[in-house]
Amino acid sequence: MKILVCITNVPDTTSKIHFTDNNTRFDTTGVQFIIGPYDDYALARAIELKETSGATVTVLNVGLADTEPTIRKALAIGADDAIRVNAEPTDSFYVASQIAEQAKGFDLVLMGRESIDFNGGVVHAMVGELLGLPSFSPVMKLEIEGTKVKMSREIEGGKETLEASLPLIAGCQEPIAEWKIPNMRGIMSARTKPLKVVEPVAVNGSVKLQKFELPAPKGAVRMISADNVAELVTLLKSEAKVL
Amino acid sequence: MAATLVFVESAEGKIRSTSLEAVAYAHALGNGVTAVALGTVDQPELESLAKYGAQKVLHASDARLDQGIVQAYSSVILKAMQDENADVLVLANSSLGTPIAAKVAVKSGASLASNVVELPSTANGTFTVKRSIYTGKAFSVVELTSVKKVIAIKKNAAELKEVGGSAQVVPFTPALTDADFNATITSTEKATGEVLLPEANIVVSGGRGMKGPEHWGILEELAKTLHAATGCSKPVSDMGWRPHHEHVGQTGVKVAPQLYIAIGISGAIQHLAGVNSSKCIVVINKDADAPFFKAADYGIVGDAFDVLPKLTAAIKAAK
Ligand SMILES: Cc1cc2nc3c(=O)[nH]c(=O)nc-3n(C[C@H](O)[C@H](O)[C@H](O)COP(=O)(O)OP(=O)(O)OC[C@H]3O[C@@H](n4cnc5c(N)ncnc54)[C@H](O)[C@@H]3O)c2cc1C
Ligand SMILES: Nc1ncnc2c1ncn2[C@@H]1O[C@H](COP(=O)(O)O)[C@@H](O)[C@H]1O
Repeated sequence: MKILVCITNVPDTTSKIHFTDNNTRFDTTGVQFIIGPYDDYALARAIELKETSGATVTVLNVGLADTEPTIRKALAIGADDAIRVNAEPTDSFYVASQIAEQAKGFDLVLMGRESIDFNGGVVHAMVGELLGLPSFSPVMKLEIEGTKVKMSREIEGGKETLEASLPLIAGCQEPIAEWKIPNMRGIMSARTKPLKVVEPVAVNGSVKLQKFELPAPKGAVRMISADNVAELVTLLKSEAKVL
Repeated sequence: MAATLVFVESAEGKIRSTSLEAVAYAHALGNGVTAVALGTVDQPELESLAKYGAQKVLHASDARLDQGIVQAYSSVILKAMQDENADVLVLANSSLGTPIAAKVAVKSGASLASNVVELPSTANGTFTVKRSIYTGKAFSVVELTSVKKVIAIKKNAAELKEVGGSAQVVPFTPALTDADFNATITSTEKATGEVLLPEANIVVSGGRGMKGPEHWGILEELAKTLHAATGCSKPVSDMGWRPHHEHVGQTGVKVAPQLYIAIGISGAIQHLAGVNSSKCIVVINKDADAPFFKAADYGIVGDAFDVLPKLTAAIKAAK
């Protein structure tokens, strides 16, 4: 079985967000980049499937050369090889089109439920539509029996279990697998694993960034004594008007 | 201009409140609203969509649509868009709505924006929307350049106000093929009767400071008094103290209530990412230096086991 795992290269979850160039570019100064946390779940599940059923695992990123350390980390965690589509990931449809181009021939395409920079939650469904394959997200459990795939998916206020057939696409979230940390041997071998760089296919985007904005700064907190919770209730009613 | 199409999601025959917001959002675009509802939905619910601006409601009552199969839903909604000549589709971001938005956008060649937080701006001939990005830490303003547009909105993107009017409910029977049912839902487990976390106007959330699942009673009591949903921090759901779908934050549910009350949660940046769209935040923590206070509107330094019962009593007294 051939598994493709699509990973994003995103700011560490503790990063403070800033923009430059008149609020049109993300400011990378001092920012640590990581594999998207949801993509990391997808990768972990793929490695488990590799260990239990001898699948091969390819990781894919649509990004410029600066994403390669993150791709190497995925190789260190246990992926066999990698593809980087050499393009800036500007919009979801553009990215989905690049992924669809590379995903042909894979039995299972695992992604994260959502990227934590763009927060689209849409690339898996778009790739599914482009390839005519079923796609499911957010998937919390995924078991393969022959060509049958048994999954559980989070829905508002609960979950559903479902079945579908390979090939398919899944957007993953916890607790599908536990995040894996690369060991020394993985890190050494990652250096020499194949990382293929391919040029993007031409796609016309239909979503154009105008600018980034930051939320208005929060006002100061108003402290209330633990002996006077009635005052809090009054303030929530009359000042904040939320009760 | 043809009317804006809205996909309204339902659960147990009732239209979900986030879908009512989608109708209100579409109404604000000013071209009239046609709603499309799928599966078994109560007739009065369909008619009540008029209150928020729908003039027409297409109802695809095929019982196979009682289960939310994304592929089948996308086919029906695309057909509705074509039949109604609609250029714009609005729906609520959800585990069903977001993938449908993606698929319909690809099928129809539309510009897609998900996670949209406010009404569009149509100044100088462009159509722009504001999206939440970096998990609530920033926004992007994007132009949707295609004639066709699909917009998936976050809670509170539009004000839910009643505009009156009446709606015509029309049966809708697009042909569906076996290929549309490309998955079999074998079971559904859903909390019933509770306020759903992503839709709640008030959320009462507990962290590791609650010490153990056996102490959740006082938190649930407060939630019940406020008609609130209950949430928790990630370690709390990781340890199995609370169900996974209650986990709020960067890697969990992003909430946008009027009021978020955090009890015994330290306020790690990953937790804050899930709550920073809340209108008002109250933090109760025994440590005056807990980082959450910096993100709060109101704070109480105190022991949860002391403050919670007092707060519940004070709210009951003020009613
Ligand atoms: C990639 C990544 C993603 C993550 N995603 C999320 C996420 O989505 N959501 C999330 O929540 N976390 C997330 N985390 C974890 C996050 O970093 C924190 O570890 C977590 O939020 C801490 O949970 P907590 O506040 O309940 O526990 P703690 O940090 O242990 O805080 C407990 C708090 O309770 C207070 N307290 C103790 N006793 C009492 C008492 N009797 N009365 C009142 N207060 C008391 C303490 O003062 C303390 O502030 C993520 C971490 C990573 C690395
Ligand atoms: N630039 C990219 N390269 C590879 N995979 C991506 C990229 N962007 C998004 N994805 C995948 O699509 C998922 C959903 O992304 P999004 O629709 O942006 O929330 C992510 O979790 C990744 O698995």
